[in-house]
Amino acid sequence: MTLQETPIVQLQQVTKTYGDLYAVDDVSLDIYPGEFFSLLGASGCGKTTLLRMLAGFETPTSGKIFLGGEDVTDLPPYERPLNMMFQSYALFPHLNVADNIAFGLRQERMPKAERDQRVQEMLQLVQIEKLGKRKPHQLSGGQRQRVALARALAKHPKLLLLDEPLGALDKKLREQTQFELVNLQERLGITFIVVTHDQEEAMTMSSRIALMREGRVVQVDAPRRLYEYPNSRYCADFIGSINLFDAEVVKQEDNLVTLKSPDCDQLLQVYHSQPLLEGMTATVAVRPEKVQITENCQPQRSNQLRGVIKEIAYLGDVSVYHVDLPSGKRIQFTQSNVQALAQQPLDWEEEVCLHWQADACNLLLE
Amino acid sequence: MRSRDRFNLGKRALIGLPWLWMAVFFLLPFLFILKLSLSEAALMQPPYLPFIREVSDGMVTMVVNFGNYLLLLEDPLYLNALLNSIEIAAWSTLLTLLVGYPMAYAIAKAPHNWRLPLLMLIILPFWTSFLIRVYAWIGILKNNGLLNNLLIYLGIIDQPLEILYTPTAVYIGIVYSYLPFVILPLYATLIRLDDTLLEAAADLGCPPWKQFLTVTLPLSIPGVIAGTMLVFIPVMGEFVIPDLLGGPNVLMIGKLMWTEFFSNKDWPVASALAAVLLLVLIVPFVLWQHFESRNRESLG
Repeated sequence: MTLQETPIVQLQQVTKTYGDLYAVDDVSLDIYPGEFFSLLGASGCGKTTLLRMLAGFETPTSGKIFLGGEDVTDLPPYERPLNMMFQSYALFPHLNVADNIAFGLRQERMPKAERDQRVQEMLQLVQIEKLGKRKPHQLSGGQRQRVALARALAKHPKLLLLDEPLGALDKKLREQTQFELVNLQERLGITFIVVTHDQEEAMTMSSRIALMREGRVVQVDAPRRLYEYPNSRYCADFIGSINLFDAEVVKQEDNLVTLKSPDCDQLLQVYHSQPLLEGMTATVAVRPEKVQITENCQPQRSNQLRGVIKEIAYLGDVSVYHVDLPSGKRIQFTQSNVQALAQQPLDWEEEVCLHWQADACNLLLE
Repeated sequence: MRSRDRFNLGKRALIGLPWLWMAVFFLLPFLFILKLSLSEAALMQPPYLPFIREVSDGMVTMVVNFGNYLLLLEDPLYLNALLNSIEIAAWSTLLTLLVGYPMAYAIAKAPHNWRLPLLMLIILPFWTSFLIRVYAWIGILKNNGLLNNLLIYLGIIDQPLEILYTPTAVYIGIVYSYLPFVILPLYATLIRLDDTLLEAAADLGCPPWKQFLTVTLPLSIPGVIAGTMLVFIPVMGEFVIPDLLGGPNVLMIGKLMWTEFFSNKDWPVASALAAVLLLVLIVPFVLWQHFESRNRESLG
């Protein structure tokens, strides 16, 4: 893996405060060349502030930022070797598309012939060859987004920052553009750092995601690991849906932990490598799609629940079932709709027995 | 269809209103002036000969006199006054822009709750009479006035500076009086400027001064043009400032018109001057209109 290289971006204990508010709180991150890195979080979690500090529009209150090993903490934006694509696109309204793209090249005093050629390349890259002479207001939202991307890529930066790059597009166009963006990033070999609040978008595009909350980084991982092995309730809850059971550790044999939860008649079992103390509280987390429906409940089987179906949401590809447990807790499980019409569809008020494997759930300590 | 017809009628009436206004308050008076400029001055009440005269019993002739316009061409005094007015108006517009732009820029960049008080300070002098404000400058600029006394007191000069009754005094007066007309439209365009555009320019390699030249300045051109029009046009016909501060040395068309009208009682020549002035002003205005409509087209 390429992750053994020196990081292209290093954040060392970066903090940004506005008065009493910690917008970014002690964030340390290493981002490596060629990564498609996402800063994910709800609005106000500090992801945009972090991106703006990387771009140089904000100065950290404390901490250091390194780009390619060089300390750029106090470098103004116009001297930083990176480019940014703005959420609002920030296209210059008085310049046409070609001049917008050429703007950064002019600042470099690139000779005209070379500059024109580069602009052509960029127009082709984002597939808007014919729009060079148009003014930004004559373009559709999707076209503007492409111009913004082309302008940010024109100087061939090694690092591109993208602030909610797809936020202004409608759903269909967004899904299509996600893959285009990934292909482009792979083809050009540029490191992308993307700010997004959309977890699906982050999951689709990123090689790694940093999940942020209240100015702090909660977890940094590949999308798959973030989903399968969340390290906190917050992360588990933010990415996708999940069922959480508050429980108490009964015993730990090798890696297999047995727990007792007031919500379940049966014991819960989950794998966890770190040693735990008997009697300590923890949360067992299981994703709805990992929960299976079984014929009937067996005595003494762990990870088994009995409940009554209260809500059914048919989403086309899957159906989501909400089940009330005897304790009053409501949990979710999903089933993919493999057949057009299931032979025995589950019905409201039907009593079901649910089960999952010990290796399909996680233990969250927090 | 009927309701659409009515709608069209309403729309036409609405558009017709400004046309009516223009016809009554601009075109009609202008036609009077034009008529007056084509008649002859005479010692009578009012002091010009009517267009249509009875020559002898029953014989009526219409006399159109182009002599006033010929006089304007023949006597270099008028051409000089016109050129002088254009020069003074041009320079003072430039000066007002140079002084007003940084002020408008500073107000637009000031913290949010500072902007209104600062704008008030710009508008406040309007609450006193224009005439009094120009008079006040005499007290400041005259040989033993405030400015000279201060400079002598500070030891910067020994002899008072000759400012009053020179073109310098006129420029000072014009820049002072017309500053708000430049600041307000410039402020209006600068405040609308999206700061993200400056960040985008910075991100693409522009230091602040270059951000100003490549983004702020081009995007504030509509404000600059509006300010230019609001200063240049009235200064061309300005009478009070050159009369009070410029003395007899500063020749401007507005002053000349006043002299023709009140001192020489030559209403027709004064009217001819007014007609020429209007022509000189309409040309740049039409150009501006053209530019504006093109600009609006390109900005949507």
